Parts: sequence; structure tokens; C-alpha cells
Amino acid sequence: MKLNVNGSTHEVDADPATPLLYVLRNDLELNAAKFGCGLGQCGACTVMVDGKAIFSCLTPILLLEGREIKTVEGLGTIDNPGPMQQAFIEEQAAQCGYCIPGMMMRAQALLQSKPDASDAEIQTTLEPNLCRCGTHMRILKAVRRARELMKTAAATPASGGRKI
Amino acid sequence: MKFGRVLIGLGALITAGAAGAFAYAWKPEIAPINPPERASFDQALIEHGAKLAAVGNCTACHTNPGGKSFAGGLTLPTPFGTIYSSNITPDPETGIGTWSQAAFQRAMRDGIGRKGEHLYPAFPYDHFTIVSDDDNRALYAFLMTRQPVKATPPPNELSFPLNVRLVLAGWKMLFFKDGAYQADASQSEQWNRGAYLVNGLGHCGACHTPRNSLGAEKASLHLAGGEAEGWSAFALDGLSPAPVVWDKDSLFTYLRQGWHPDHGVANGPMGEVTGNLGLLPDSDIRAMATYVASVMGEPSADRRAKSEKLLQEVKSGLITSATSNDQSASSGGKGAAIYQAACAVCHENGRPQPFGGLDLRLSSTVHAPDPQNAINMVLYGLPAASGRTSAIMPGFADVLANDQLNDLLGYLRQHFTDEPAWADVVKRAADTRTGKYHVSIRPSDGIERGPSNIGAEDQ
Repeated sequence: MKLNVNGSTHEVDADPATPLLYVLRNDLELNAAKFGCGLGQCGACTVMVDGKAIFSCLTPILLLEGREIKTVEGLGTIDNPGPMQQAFIEEQAAQCGYCIPGMMMRAQALLQSKPDASDAEIQTTLEPNLCRCGTHMRILKAVRRARELMKTAAATPASGGRKI
Repeated sequence: MKFGRVLIGLGALITAGAAGAFAYAWKPEIAPINPPERASFDQALIEHGAKLAAVGNCTACHTNPGGKSFAGGLTLPTPFGTIYSSNITPDPETGIGTWSQAAFQRAMRDGIGRKGEHLYPAFPYDHFTIVSDDDNRALYAFLMTRQPVKATPPPNELSFPLNVRLVLAGWKMLFFKDGAYQADASQSEQWNRGAYLVNGLGHCGACHTPRNSLGAEKASLHLAGGEAEGWSAFALDGLSPAPVVWDKDSLFTYLRQGWHPDHGVANGPMGEVTGNLGLLPDSDIRAMATYVASVMGEPSADRRAKSEKLLQEVKSGLITSATSNDQSASSGGKGAAIYQAACAVCHENGRPQPFGGLDLRLSSTVHAPDPQNAINMVLYGLPAASGRTSAIMPGFADVLANDQLNDLLGYLRQHFTDEPAWADVVKRAADTRTGKYHVSIRPSDGIERGPSNIGAEDQ
């Protein structure tokens, strides 16, 4: 079946019941989303579908025909990171980094639909995503930074990514 | 002139009738007092009142999630308009600080505010009326020693004539019977204690009894199943949808700990109820279980046999769920595929309750007469409780479209029950998502996570 991931269409040869996470990592080699618990309880596998954050470990691809899937790889590149990625770099928000792609995608979904989300809303929204290193304060700081960067990016769409 | 006299007579009759109705409807003010000092209450009485307030679940309506305790202002959508709960902290201006014990007692017994105004029956005085004078004294002691909070709830949004409180006198005349609990001498002390708690402060019927078009509980259908905050409150009489029959022991376990291995976890507004019951002694929980079990009555031999057979199957580990080649569902097996891929990983992994997914053969939700609870659970799941281990389930609102949800529930219904298919899943799901049908979402610790309506997409 066909899957639309990060703006391009991929022909995927997998059982329709396969969780999206496995298809992303094994078939498409997009390794940002992580396997954590496989039960939708940790958030490491979070990606966006039609602008909403979902657990890819619990979402069979049969539900995703014609829908827009976005992963961290779709937010920018190493040379030209998107605002969310830029913010996480600037705030050095990762320790082991395992939870970070999930955090970024849930935060991205929030800020896309609600650019002025309050600090409390950011915190509540990220509740389903766990971090075992304890870098929550940096993660929250990075998301607040991303909130500002996204506004700047939105205001100057032609300027592309920011230079460090 | 005859005609004129009839007219005058009629006029007099109307005037007399109106005056009589007014006299019935009018209640005097009870003089305000200065808020009593904490020292004027016995500490043991305050503590007893705390337990009783928990049974009454006062906080559920009188605290806005995230707001100050008992300061009111919670939105209560009703079929007649929106009511905002009142401030029951002892603040003299905006709360009940100037209420005497007598005024409090009258509110509980007769549904009348201190100034003599009739209270809307969203405040369940149809239940609280049976609360004993002693228990009212303890409740009063507890509430009057809370932190006073200055907060005025928004005005109620009710249309004419319901916005005129005098109308409530008529409502009371039709549906309200006041008076303290009268023990049934033919029943045990334990049963009577249970009936007192269940039908009084516990006000179980406020959710579990269906209501008539004027919002009053249908007395003839006591505990026959109702509705609460967008959830079906299952029947607690012989119509209980539980596949494994309840008895007083399982009811005790469920009410005591908030879950039961054969029935699953209390969710929706019930999570808060079982959480609050944690303050009660075992003897009171047992009394409630005894009473509810008697309302349910003895199941038929056929029902009991089915229940026992099911329990045996479940305990011996026979899982009968879909396999990838199960294409029998009318939806072409799509629901089966969704279940297998998204649900079975938890619901068939054999992890025990309350942290494992419930074997859906045991689920009252899947066996219920309407799909609302199943829709709520699949869309919004069971959010995690704060600061402690809790049962959780992820929500699938952003993954499943309404037709896919319909396929899934169609499969669950067909595969795990002998009940007929639900007809209205797509429409109900759509109304739930938009917030047209208001659903409150609570984790198993019962504190509402949605600021006002988590189902509404625009919020």
C-alpha cells in the first residue's frame, strides 16, 4: 500500500496490520521514532498524522492510507534544521536522546495547531511522553524556545533555517 | 350578568390558587450568622464530616478542576441549559459562611437556600433529604472549616421559565419527597446502612437511574441505568450488562479498590466515586455492596451458568479473538484487523487487572445497550493519574476515523458478545468529537483532565 511520509509517497510492501513504527524504521529507514514500550504508554514512538500526535507503535498502517505522516526527519535537515530541531539543539535538551523525537513531534503538533500555547498547555500536552533521564526542564525550555522560533520562521518564510 | 359572575369567580379562583401556590412556594430567609470559628467544632466531628463529604462526592461538582476546593463554578450542562455549581466554602460573601446549621440542614433536607430560594435539583437534594441530622451536623462542621474562597460562579444559563426559581416549587410538588431515612424493618441493619448510603449521600441514582423529560429520576426505574457527564451509568438492577454476574463480594471489592479482576477498572466519572470511597471503613462499603446486590437480585439460572462458563474460559486462558484471517465481520474483517493490530497487544497479553488491558469478553462496556462508553474509551482512553501508579489506556481519537471506529466496535460487539450490533456509532462518535455531546474525561484518580470539554476540537 501507499504511505505519504514527510511529503513523499512510498509504496510499502507490508502486512496492513503492521504498526507504523516498524514500517518507518525497518522499511523506510526513518529511525527517529523509537520503540519504547510498544503499548502507547511512553511516547517514544510519537509521530504526526494529519497534524496530530499519535503513537506509531499502536497504529496499524491499514488506518493510514491517504493520510499525511510526519516524522522528525520531516521537520528539517542537519544542515537546515527546522525551528523545533533548532530549539532542541540550542537548549541542549537531550541527554540520552531516546525520548526526544517523540517529545519533538508532540510539541510540534501542539504548536502547529496552537502557536501561542501557554507554558501550562505545553506541559500538559507532553504528559504522555516519558523521559527517564530527567531532562524535563530542558525539554520544556526547548519547546518554549521553539514556540518563539516558529513565529520568526512563520514571519520570514523565505529565510529558511537559522544559522547557529 | 351570569357570564360576568363566572368570570369573577374564575378570577378569584385563579388568584386564590396563585396565592396558595405562592404560599407553598415561598420559603422564609434564615438569618445570616457570622462564620463560626473552627474552635466551635469538635475535631472528630470535622473528620467524620470529611468522610461523609467524600461519600457525597461534593468535590466533583463544587470544585472546578484545577481550581480551589469547594469554590464552585463548575459547568454542569443539563438538557435545560447550563448550571454553574455554587461556592460552598465558608466565605461570608460568596460562599456559605453566613449559613447557620439550620440553613445547611434545610438545604440538604428540603433543597432551599439560606435566603429561602429553591435550589435546582442539579444539587441532588432528592437524595440528600434522607441524610440524618447527625450526619448533616458533621458535614456542616467539615464544610465550615474549609479554606474560605472568594469566588462567585457565573450566572446560570437557563431559559424562561426555568430561570425563575419559583417554578422549582412545582417541580418539587411533582417529584420530591422530603424526609429522613426510614429504616426497612424487614431488612438487616447492614442492608439499611447500605440503602442509606447509596440512596442518600452517595446519590448513586443521580447517575444510575434514568430521568424523565423534566429531569427527575423515574422512581419506578430505580438504578435501572442512567447517564453521567457523557457516560452511560450502567444498570445496577437485574439489567446489569456485566457478562460476569455481580454479587456482594465482587461489588465490595470493586467499590473498595476501584477495580475487579472480572470486571475491570472504574472509569469515567465512576473513577472519582471509587477514589472518594477510599475514606470509608470496610463496613460501610460492605453495606453498600449488600444493598446494591439486593437491588440486582438473584440472576436467572441461565445467566449464572453463562457467567460461570465464561469465567472458566477466561481463567483457563482460552482467547477467542480475531486472527488475521478472520474475515467474518460484515465490514470485511477491517474491524478485526484494527483490533488485532492496535488493541490486542494490551487486551490479550494476559497481564492482570488493573494494569493490563481487560479481556473484552468481561467488559460491561462492550456488552452495554449503547456504544457511548466504548466510543469514549476508544477515543480518549484512560489518562494517567498524577503522581502515582494507575491503570491507563491510550486514546485513539487522532488515529481512527469515525467509520474505522465503527468497524472496530462492530467487530468487538460481534466477536465478544451475543448482543446485537450498535446502530449509531458514527453519529455518536461525531457528536462526541465536536463536543456537541459533552463527555468529561477523567483518569482513574478521577480528577478531570479536560479543562472544560476535551472532546471539543476547537479548544
